[in-house]
Amino acid sequence: MSVPLSWYLILAAALFCIGLYGVLSRKNAIAILLGVELMLNAVNVNLVSFWRYLDPAQMAGQAFAVIVFAVAAAEVAVGLALIISVYRRRKTVVADEIDLMKW
Amino acid sequence: MTAEQIIFLLTGALVLGSGLMVVTVRNLLHAALWLVVSLFGVAILYAILQANFLAVVQVVVYIGAIAILFIFAVMLTRRELMEKGRQTRSNWWIPALLGLLILAGLVVLILSVPGVNHTAAAMPAGLDTVQALGTALVSPDAYVLPFEVASVLMLAALVGAVYVATAGKK
Amino acid sequence: MTNWIIWILPLPPLLAFFAIILFTNKNKALSHGIAVAAAGLSWLGSMIVFISAVGTQEFGKHVFESAINWLPTGATWLQVGVRVDPLTAVVLFFVAWTVLAIFVYSIGYHNFGQPKGDHDLPGLPPHGATVIEEEQTHRVPSIEPMYSRFFAFISLFAFGMYTLVVSNNLLTLFVGWEIMGLCSYLLIGFWYGKKSARDAAIKAFITTRIGDVFMLLGIAWLYSYTGTLSFSEIFKPEILQGMGNTIAFPAFAMHIPALWPFFSSFSVAGSIGILLFIGTIGKSAQWPLHAWLPDAMEGPTPVSAMIHAATMVSAGVYAAIRMFPLLQADVTGTSLAFVGFIGAFTALFAATIAVAQNDIKKVLAYSTISQLGFMIAALGVHAYVAAAFHLVTHAFFKALLFLGSGSVIHGMEHGVLHTGEHVDAQDMFNMGGLRKKMPVTFWTFLIGGLALSGFPVLTAGFWSKDAIFAEAFGGGHLLVFIVLALAAFLTAFYTMRQITLTFFGEGRTKAAEHASETTWTMTLPLVVLAVFAVGVGWVGMPAWFTGGLVPDWFHEFVGGTLAQAPEAMPFNWIPLVTSLVVALGGLLCGWLAYRNVSALAEDRLQIPLLKNKYYFDEIYAFLFVKPAIWIAEKFTSLYMDQVVIDGVLHSLARFSLFLGHVFRNYFDKPVINEFFGDGAGKTVKASGSGLRKIQSGRVQYYMVVAIVVLVVFAFLYYFLKRGM
Repeated sequence: MSVPLSWYLILAAALFCIGLYGVLSRKNAIAILLGVELMLNAVNVNLVSFWRYLDPAQMAGQAFAVIVFAVAAAEVAVGLALIISVYRRRKTVVADEIDLMKW
Repeated sequence: MTAEQIIFLLTGALVLGSGLMVVTVRNLLHAALWLVVSLFGVAILYAILQANFLAVVQVVVYIGAIAILFIFAVMLTRRELMEKGRQTRSNWWIPALLGLLILAGLVVLILSVPGVNHTAAAMPAGLDTVQALGTALVSPDAYVLPFEVASVLMLAALVGAVYVATAGKK
Repeated sequence: MTNWIIWILPLPPLLAFFAIILFTNKNKALSHGIAVAAAGLSWLGSMIVFISAVGTQEFGKHVFESAINWLPTGATWLQVGVRVDPLTAVVLFFVAWTVLAIFVYSIGYHNFGQPKGDHDLPGLPPHGATVIEEEQTHRVPSIEPMYSRFFAFISLFAFGMYTLVVSNNLLTLFVGWEIMGLCSYLLIGFWYGKKSARDAAIKAFITTRIGDVFMLLGIAWLYSYTGTLSFSEIFKPEILQGMGNTIAFPAFAMHIPALWPFFSSFSVAGSIGILLFIGTIGKSAQWPLHAWLPDAMEGPTPVSAMIHAATMVSAGVYAAIRMFPLLQADVTGTSLAFVGFIGAFTALFAATIAVAQNDIKKVLAYSTISQLGFMIAALGVHAYVAAAFHLVTHAFFKALLFLGSGSVIHGMEHGVLHTGEHVDAQDMFNMGGLRKKMPVTFWTFLIGGLALSGFPVLTAGFWSKDAIFAEAFGGGHLLVFIVLALAAFLTAFYTMRQITLTFFGEGRTKAAEHASETTWTMTLPLVVLAVFAVGVGWVGMPAWFTGGLVPDWFHEFVGGTLAQAPEAMPFNWIPLVTSLVVALGGLLCGWLAYRNVSALAEDRLQIPLLKNKYYFDEIYAFLFVKPAIWIAEKFTSLYMDQVVIDGVLHSLARFSLFLGHVFRNYFDKPVINEFFGDGAGKTVKASGSGLRKIQSGRVQYYMVVAIVVLVVFAFLYYFLKRGM
């Protein structure tokens, strides 16, 4: 393996920032969740590259990544369910319009 | 520039490029599809990293379930006029700036760690990663507890999602 | 053995006072019974003491004395107690007899046994009752409504006098003095419904009070100088000498050399003596504090007798006689000169006024002032024994004269009620011919009058007056002698005037023609006192009168009181002849001048100056009374109290209100309420209103904020870490 660890890490960081940008700037709530997915994936890449580069015998990295998968899945399921429920109610999925819990 | 590096760079470009497309295209369905591409790229990365099981799981779970779920959700919440007009907020430059700053900070941080430019050591001989992962996930000395908690979490998410998304009695 | 009797003999009248006030006020007979019984008990005690004193050899050296510790004063005690020396013994004698006589007399005077009056009100003299007998209505004297009260007061009075007489120190003497002052106020103003009586009571009290203030100063000075008030201690020779030789006001004397002769003539003994003597001037109505005594005639006649013969004025002279050693110790002689001047002047002054008075009691009042002047003048010429002697004889015949005048007035009132004529029963010019109508009163009054005039040999007054003349002349005090002789002439003159106008001739009014003799409770005391008025003089006959056969018992006995017994004056025919001439001459002139006077207009001695008492009342009113009233009403009450003090208070109140207003409106409301109270609320509300906009409800906004803060902190942390 001739790819330095730093490349993977920088890649993960870049992906994370792209996801962050998406979360913060998209209007549609589903688009926000897309950004969240990107961020989770960046995290996973980070974890796995660390697993590979530091101590592949330790399964902690992969196990952690597996758990992150599970959590991401659960979160997407619940999030989308929420968005659908809100859509039914307010007929909108624009995040900025869902602002009842305010001052 | 070895072959691995080139492959890595290409895969990396794929991931980042499609990621950018995810967050910028207007059509939400297209965004979801671009997400699929990005996830696929990440699976390739896993494969390069010799995390075979994870690469497969990535494709099956993320692309096969989560992305499909996204597409369903998009379709269920479409509206005629929804995808006309801007899809990013008016103050998009703040998140952009933030993103760049954070990226810069992270890069600096990453590069300041000693030993970050090492390349990977060879895999230990005779290590069956899949079997080791499986053992780790169910071994009481290892990660059975998080595993079980994750399954409880799945159950909760399942019930919750069904409940939340069910339309109330009219 | 007699000591305890001395302690308790003042007590029965005090107990009678309380008993009458608290319990027997409604029951008239019981009240007078208790009072007379108390007076009788004190009389008994006094007689026992007197007899045992007389029976003691050299009594002056072996007095009855007993003292107890009373007030703790630091390391020592102020002692009070009783002391009976020869002077006290003879004073007790006359006090006991006269008090008892007056008590018995009062029963009849206040018409005990008579019916209640028609319109009698408590506080006013009784005016008679209408009695229907056998279909004939006639008016009779009515009983006094405040009968028991009178007896209560005179009992208290008697207590005061006894206390004063038996006391062995100036403090209890002063206590008795003041009790009598109070009682004189109560009794002169007995008929308090009459304004004249009320005014007279206040006048008496205030005037004697002036004297009392100076007396108190003297007592305080004496106490601070010697540390004791007990007579036996004060009159120790070394203490007297010390006081007599020390200049009283050394600071004044030394710093004002021009006035040295004046200030050096006051020794401590003399100054204290003069201060104490001023108390006597007030109490015994000497000039200039004489104005109260004639007005005191407003009280019932027994009161006049008591105050002006038996007790109060005698107490003044008694105190002066007591302090004689102190006055004598003054080596400069100023104090005794002062005393003599006051006494002689008063004697003549009062006698001149007495000749122009028409009221039977007023004549006697001025006569009292004059006779007291005699006694004090006697003291002034060192005639210690003569002064005491005259005190004793005067008490008897003056009490007799007052009670007699009361009897006369009663007889006249009986006539007034009988005839329905409205005349003043006390005016001598309404009387006349009463010797036929009231024989007992006439004869006893005559005896008293002759005694007062100094009728030779047979009356007590002769012996005592003669003693004074002898001492004055023999001591070389010729001015005093002449003045006293003139006063004696006038005394005899106005006495005979009084007797002639009242008893001789024919009745000038119908009331006088229908006057009648009074009851036995009134005439019996008169007779008893008349006996003494005659007989008491014989115990003081000078030795030369009987050629040395009968010693002058009084002189020896009373003279023993002093540390050095005074020598008896040798015989000198000038004073003797003088006293005979003035006495007989005055009597003759008085009878001749008035036997044919039938009306006031014919009295040539009605000189306005004399009649109006030399206008002293008006002078005092102008100088003292009006300014005092002005100070009280205008100055103190109006200016000081209402304007100044109340003004200060009102302005303080207004200022407080103003302050409160200021604090409320300019500090409390704006600062505390608005700034702090409301302000805090408003600030919180405003900041809340402002800050709550952060909760926009938009998720991405929250996340942007969170990321921004995170980035900022990360940078800070990183750079700080790098900096370290």
